[in-house]
Amino acid sequence: MGRITLDKVRKSFGAIEVIPPLDLTIEDGEFVVFVGPSGCGKSTLLRLIAGLEDVSGGEIRIDGKDATDVPPAKRGLAMVFQSYALYPHMSVRKNIAFPLRMAGMDKAEQDRRVDDAARVLNLTDYLDRRPGQLSGGQRQRVAIGRAIVREPAAFLFDEPLSNLDAALRVGMRLEISELHERLKTTMIYVTHDQVEAMTMADKIVVLNAGRIEQVGSPLELYRQPRNLFVAGFIGSPKMNLITGPEAEKRGAHTIGIRPEHIKVSDDDTCIWRGTVGVSEHLGSDTFFHIHMPSRDEPLTVRAGGDVDLYHGDHICLTPDEAHMHRFDEKGNRIE
Amino acid sequence: MATKASRAAARLMISPAVLLLLGWMIVPLSMTVYFSFLRYNLLMPGDNPFVGWENYKWFVTDPSFSAAMVNTLLLVGGVLLITVIGGILFALLLDQPMWGQGVIRIMVIAPFFVMPTVSGLVWKNMFMNPVNGIFGHLAQAIGMQPIDFFSQIPLLSIIGIVSWQWLPFATLILLTALQSLDQEQLEAAEMDGAGWLSRFWFIMLPHLARAITVVILIQTIFLLSIFAEILVTTNGGPGTATTNLTYLIYVSSLLQYDVGMGSAGGVIAIILANIVAIFLMRMIGKNLDA
Amino acid sequence: MARAVTASRKALTTAIAGALAFLMFFPILWIVVLSLKTEVDAIRAPWQVLTSGWTFESYGAVQERSDYFKHFWNSVIIAFGSTLLGLVIAVPAAWAMAFVPGKRTKDVLMWMLSTKMLPPVGVLVPIYLLFINIGLLDTRFGLVIVLMLINLPIIIWMLYTYFREIPGEILEAARMDGASLREEVLYVLTPMAIPGMASTVLLNVILAWNEAFWTLNLTASKAAPLTAFIASYSSPEGLFYAKLSAASVMAIAPILIMGWFSQKQLVRGLTFGAVK
Repeated sequence: MGRITLDKVRKSFGAIEVIPPLDLTIEDGEFVVFVGPSGCGKSTLLRLIAGLEDVSGGEIRIDGKDATDVPPAKRGLAMVFQSYALYPHMSVRKNIAFPLRMAGMDKAEQDRRVDDAARVLNLTDYLDRRPGQLSGGQRQRVAIGRAIVREPAAFLFDEPLSNLDAALRVGMRLEISELHERLKTTMIYVTHDQVEAMTMADKIVVLNAGRIEQVGSPLELYRQPRNLFVAGFIGSPKMNLITGPEAEKRGAHTIGIRPEHIKVSDDDTCIWRGTVGVSEHLGSDTFFHIHMPSRDEPLTVRAGGDVDLYHGDHICLTPDEAHMHRFDEKGNRIE
Repeated sequence: MATKASRAAARLMISPAVLLLLGWMIVPLSMTVYFSFLRYNLLMPGDNPFVGWENYKWFVTDPSFSAAMVNTLLLVGGVLLITVIGGILFALLLDQPMWGQGVIRIMVIAPFFVMPTVSGLVWKNMFMNPVNGIFGHLAQAIGMQPIDFFSQIPLLSIIGIVSWQWLPFATLILLTALQSLDQEQLEAAEMDGAGWLSRFWFIMLPHLARAITVVILIQTIFLLSIFAEILVTTNGGPGTATTNLTYLIYVSSLLQYDVGMGSAGGVIAIILANIVAIFLMRMIGKNLDA
Repeated sequence: MARAVTASRKALTTAIAGALAFLMFFPILWIVVLSLKTEVDAIRAPWQVLTSGWTFESYGAVQERSDYFKHFWNSVIIAFGSTLLGLVIAVPAAWAMAFVPGKRTKDVLMWMLSTKMLPPVGVLVPIYLLFINIGLLDTRFGLVIVLMLINLPIIIWMLYTYFREIPGEILEAARMDGASLREEVLYVLTPMAIPGMASTVLLNVILAWNEAFWTLNLTASKAAPLTAFIASYSSPEGLFYAKLSAASVMAIAPILIMGWFSQKQLVRGLTFGAVK
């Protein structure tokens, strides 16, 4: 079981309030991702749940029981740290077994669990090595192994992939997702990378300056961003935000249109015109940065890989009105 | 990471160290200050009347005080000059690729681990003795009059001995600092057309500035208290030629048993050391934030 | 990265550096040579010294004449005693400041350091009088206490810089894994801190072994360590070169060997982490 409820949880360091009162419920078995720019309080929130920081107010409940003042070890949660935090002086086997040893489990059961975890994580051949002799990806797997042997109520991940190179990151992302499919245990995952959030999460919590901007499934956030912050944060490349007459024409202060919802054509039946600035030809897709007389910033447009337009070419654009997002002066979504 | 429980435990764990150091600082220090205002000589039992600034007046106006101040200044300044410049040169040299770097490094560093009394006596007898010392033998071999180091150039001789002890320290620290210099910075400078001398002047020296300051400040703290080397070689003489402040205070308090006078000197020494200490502490404090 | 250097240039640097290093090291080498000569040979000119016969007689003579081992033993007890006592007091303090830093941690550290800046001569008189009154003068115990106190700031600082290099996340991981404070210290912190503690011990033993202000002023004969023992050769007896050399070699050899192992820690310890 692993249902975690935050009730008016608040955290301040001295006079600085990093997390104003916040409510959130994480259902059992859910994969929840906290995402936001650096300094938004997502790691602090995770550490409050872990018990590594004291809350300044409010209540944290795990499976209905008040855990606010329960020490970290007694909360039944396991954590994977950004630096992996492996014990450098212990072998991989001892690292993974450490929480079991602390729980006073008998040796045979410890070995059985460690061997199971090692098999799942492809670490069987490395059990006698020290962390210093492992690659980054292997260390990451040891850290995960140390978390899963405890069979915790929930896993907490603190930016676990940020120290890995790009290729490895994609691989580990899949492994963690698969692990979740297999274990069906609650996972809370902190990242600043919206791609990780979109690909892994059942539920994304977008945080900004300690406040929850929106909670929802990846596609909900993509399709119906509740405000400008979420609209700008989710999706890659970023949503184009347009103010001025074009927005007023549609009864909004700002309109947003994603690069993939703008059609490129060379005839004259289009709505916007511009000149191609930088064009990035990836083969499968092409990203154009279009300069328009009415805008300072270029407009980003995503087209198919077969569109052969280059720097300086004139281009004709048609936004898909059905996928247009409208926001009021405060930045909130207009339905 | 800090939770309330660990904070209370932390305070408990720090307190023995704090209390001990507090005692070590306050008790003798206040006694020194107190004694410095008394007429108090162990050879003259009886009352120890309060005499105000008299001890300070006597101590400061004594001709050996000004001599000791000058000697202290020359000793500290001379050793600093030799060790810092020598240390930079040694560090630059040892940073070059060479065979047997480890062995060479160990040989350069060794003098630092020789206890002060040994280095004082070894230099005094085996090297600087005009009859039996190596320098004496060498001078005679080339037909020169041997120098009687401790009568002719006593302070310079002591500066030499102390420099031999501290040159390794300066070298080691400057070498460590030099090795932390990013090689790519030097290569970038080279690509920018900087010759060896400009690279030294514009890249290496600024990089070393911090380490040099640290060497100067830390050595000053230790050099102000040079004692054993003087005790075993010249006993402060001839006359007061090699008496530094530390030695002068030692003479007043433990040889002349004048507690009041020695204490007044002690207070002066503390004030002097504190002037240096303030600068050193600032440097270290800055590093702590980084 | 490092560029290829021509062999001839490398040979030249090696020769220059080697020659200078030899000069620095020569006084130490020379007393080793003299300690293996007879008194008569030891005061000859250097070239005559080198060609004369070798003997171990001075080493025996030093022990017979002045009970070398008593002083050696004093040095061992004072150096190791003060260091270990300091360690017992410093480890909890450094641990607390490194892992539970508070608002005043920095001030406390700086203040501790400032006590090290106190010139010993400034408190010579009161300490001397206190020692007479309590009967600590010329006792090993008294010196252990004083040397522990003067080196305590260095011990705390060194341990602090080592502890701070242990990532906090590892201790948090241990806490998440269910380790109690005791288990955290026992199974995670201590094994990781042992290299740093060993270096700290090493450097402080060296400092205490060579300390020559308090050891000279607070001992007479009973508790005199090697620093004071060697100083007794400053009288005309010092003209017995071979014996002085033998005594000196025995006094510095153990610490020289320890010192070579602690080069790196020396920098960190003596600069209070300002240069690493």
